[in-house]
Amino acid sequence: MLNSGISVLFEGVNLERLLLGLLVTLRVALIAVVISIVMGILIGIIRTSKSKLVQILFKLYLELFRIIPILVWLFVIYYVIPANFDLNLSAEVVALIVFSLWGAAEMSDIVRGAIISLPKHQTESSKALGLSVSQMYRYVLIPQATKRCIPPMINLITRMIKTTALLTMIGVVEVIKVGQQIIEVNNLEHPTISFWIYGFVFFLYFVICFPLSRFSRKLERKWAT
Amino acid sequence: MSGQIPILKVKGLTKKYGEKIVLNGIDLEVEKGKVIAILGPSGCGKSTFLRCLNGLEEVQGGDILLDNESLINKSTKWREVRQRIGMVFQSYDLFPNLTVMENILLSPLKVQKRNRSEVEAQALELLERVGLADRANDYPRQLSGGQKQRIAIVRALCINPEIMLFDEVTASLDPEMVREVLDVIAQLAEQGMTMLIVTHEMNFAKLVADEVIFMDKGNIHEQAPAEQFFTNPQTERAQQFLNILQF
Ligand SMILES: Nc1ncnc2c1ncn2[C@@H]1O[C@H](COP(=O)(O)OP(=O)(O)OP(=O)(O)O)[C@@H](O)[C@H]1O
Ligand SMILES: [Mg+2]
Repeated sequence: MLNSGISVLFEGVNLERLLLGLLVTLRVALIAVVISIVMGILIGIIRTSKSKLVQILFKLYLELFRIIPILVWLFVIYYVIPANFDLNLSAEVVALIVFSLWGAAEMSDIVRGAIISLPKHQTESSKALGLSVSQMYRYVLIPQATKRCIPPMINLITRMIKTTALLTMIGVVEVIKVGQQIIEVNNLEHPTISFWIYGFVFFLYFVICFPLSRFSRKLERKWAT
Repeated sequence: MSGQIPILKVKGLTKKYGEKIVLNGIDLEVEKGKVIAILGPSGCGKSTFLRCLNGLEEVQGGDILLDNESLINKSTKWREVRQRIGMVFQSYDLFPNLTVMENILLSPLKVQKRNRSEVEAQALELLERVGLADRANDYPRQLSGGQKQRIAIVRALCINPEIMLFDEVTASLDPEMVREVLDVIAQLAEQGMTMLIVTHEMNFAKLVADEVIFMDKGNIHEQAPAEQFFTNPQTERAQQFLNILQF
């Protein structure tokens, strides 16, 4: 019976465990997002430099994260580094490293794109008014670029939250992993359990990501002009 | 007042983009309070010339002297020079993230570190003069092209420059807005501001300029008092140029 599954959700500490799993998911995502934004802004500004070497180096960094799947990055750092460098990293720390590096790369691309898409005369008139380079960024370029950055940044954050699903693969006990554990224990007794548990996990992701995506679309429309 | 030391002196100014010579040894002396109109066909180097004067372009040869001090050396502090030589561009280049007042105050407060109330008073007075005192708190997107351009002029003036450079400031305006901007510049000329004005508005140049330089292919092809240049141009190229425009 379908109904029997749903009761499991509220049995014992199951619900609490799922929400704690969600907390792990959000903790990794949130810390990585904060690091990504800070690093992404810095790297993004650096990437507007005219130096070819700087451009190529950071482009390479970005492409490495675009070409190689995040899951592979997780495996590489989780399994390869400890084996070869005598360094034991917990799964969650590995997740944070990979997500921060990935997020920073993507954020930097958003920031760079926003800055170079600003009309050139904004730079020129800043200079003609005697502003220093840092004043130009602070008062003119960054405020204008911020508006262009925020909607794509929110989209990236949603993507990062969704991609935390991969963390079960290196053994982080996040919301999906907890779900699997509950299913394994109850599967024989309640054959429909996986429907309810995964349905609930689906619901949790939706509740977090949908408002974000709506918010970014609203901002995009509001700032379209 | 003639016979005094020119405020700005340009000697053999040369600018290249790669192999391409864009300015081919420009010589010019500008006395304080004089208005110079720079005319010439598209691509002859007018904008490039102005941009060299405030260090927006690097030059490959020659010299620029401001008050007899050379600007072409490593120790030149262009940020200070730009406070003495203001520039307004063709594009309406106000900062869209700042209000009119914030646009005007930015450089006086942050670059020149002047006192806010003093600068605000000056800004309001200048806004009054260009007829836009009531728009101080508007954002640039709420203004027409002509209004934006007048604000851009005020913004440059509020730094108290000694020389103003105008690069086709009316070229992208609707015809009915050209007048309001030119009026502001004419007013400045009357007040004795030293100006170099690139323009395609011949009647305006005739009216406000003391002197005309006609450029062609990176050279000053003809230089003459405005009156004389328009009534009796000496070179064939200048005659052709005026004929085409008068049509
Ligand atoms: N960044 C650049 N790189 C290479 N060539 C350039 C660059 N900027 C300008 N030029 C060239 O230099 C020449 C002079 O340009 P400039 O903009 O000074 O002309 P102009 O007299 O202002 O023309 P217009 O009346 O069309 O504004 C042109 O032939 C132009 O193609
Ligand atoms: Mg030009």
